[in-house]
Amino acid sequence: MSDGRQTPSQTVGPFFGYALPYEKGWELVPPHHPEAIRVHGTVFDGNGDVVPDAILEIWQADSAGVMSSKRGSLKPDGYAFTGFGRASVDLAGHYAFTTVKPGATSAAAAPSVLVTVFARGLTHHLFTRAYFPEDVQAHSTDTVLAAVPADRRSTLLSVPDGPGSYRFDIRLQGEQETVFLEFNE
Amino acid sequence: MTVNTQDEITDEILAIEADARRAVEAGGAPELHPRRDYAPYRSSLLRHPTHELVRVDPEEIERVSPAFGHTDVSPLESDLTIAHSAEPLGERITVSGRVLDGEGRPVRNQLVEIWQANAAGRYVHKRDQHPAPLDPNFTGVGRVITGDDGGYSFRTIKPGPYPWRNHLNAWRPAHIHFSLFGNAFTQRLVTQMYFPSDPLFALDPIYQSIADPAARQRLIGTYDHDLSVPEYSLGYRWDIVLTGPKSTWMESEDAHE
Ligand SMILES: [Fe+2]
Repeated sequence: MSDGRQTPSQTVGPFFGYALPYEKGWELVPPHHPEAIRVHGTVFDGNGDVVPDAILEIWQADSAGVMSSKRGSLKPDGYAFTGFGRASVDLAGHYAFTTVKPGATSAAAAPSVLVTVFARGLTHHLFTRAYFPEDVQAHSTDTVLAAVPADRRSTLLSVPDGPGSYRFDIRLQGEQETVFLEFNE
Repeated sequence: MTVNTQDEITDEILAIEADARRAVEAGGAPELHPRRDYAPYRSSLLRHPTHELVRVDPEEIERVSPAFGHTDVSPLESDLTIAHSAEPLGERITVSGRVLDGEGRPVRNQLVEIWQANAAGRYVHKRDQHPAPLDPNFTGVGRVITGDDGGYSFRTIKPGPYPWRNHLNAWRPAHIHFSLFGNAFTQRLVTQMYFPSDPLFALDPIYQSIADPAARQRLIGTYDHDLSVPEYSLGYRWDIVLTGPKSTWMESEDAHE
């Protein structure tokens, strides 16, 4: 019963696969878009085993650094960039989005994609950010990166692995555990 | 892997609840959310971070949210009983309520998604191996866009409880999965709504992963006779409160500070 206080989270469970994914949820732009990049990776558990039942959302600015407020995030019209995507991992724990590289949303911020992880076994989703390795200069002024202990910062950097392709693996636990973020209100 | 008994799991649940109670008695704030590190829910063991989360101020990305509207969702999608040629089996219900932010303001024109098992406790999902019958007239997926008062309403059938393999004789209380967006991405929430007086509550490590009893109660819908439709369906009310008042009213002029 609601008492006006925050409603607690519960795990997404194992059976979201016929409900949450929607058509082309992983395509923020079509693959033939001139600026299309691929952001992809694998989700691992604390044993280093792949997590085959996770679902990820990304949320980002367009290439000019503007956050969209356009409706149509579930059924994009093919022209407007909504900045939102959702993809389940496959049985090998792998996910992939086709998007554009975001611009920076402020002078100090480095370009980044907000990544949200849901999975069976995860009672409350996790937020992280994927940054791009080439923005070295901007990384030094980014306030979120500055809050992350230096020896763990690399977990937030995607790794270029081909033309227009960036790999961003997510380690829920263990060595090289991804840095997860909690936001002040 | 050892298969634990319900008694063993229940003992673990009670020990963690007692630990949370002592922390509150010592002056700590009650826990609002489940613990990610919650051993009675065995799948959490290798899937929770061991480092503290890094606390930061949200920036523009986190202070805004994707926008959804009536082009995304058809009004028919809020009725889970009409997706097929005939009506699904089960107890017809409506689930209605409001989506609010942390200050009680309505979350308007936002997406609410639900999914659930059928009346026999079976999901359409291909990896659900519970040998209960599928219902050819029930998929169990719904969507709606909230109104100006933050209101939503679904018509569906009451889901059945179902077994899972966390431990021997593990059963999930009947529940509907909910996915919610706020006006800021920090308000994103995936959760489950339960039904009053379920005898499985005390035994279920997913429900109990919220160590504070008052917080758990917030997941239980209320039977509301005024929402029942004579000779047709029973009505439940469940309001959802998202985190954080911040954000929301960002004007575009501060958008690029
Ligand atoms: Fe479920």
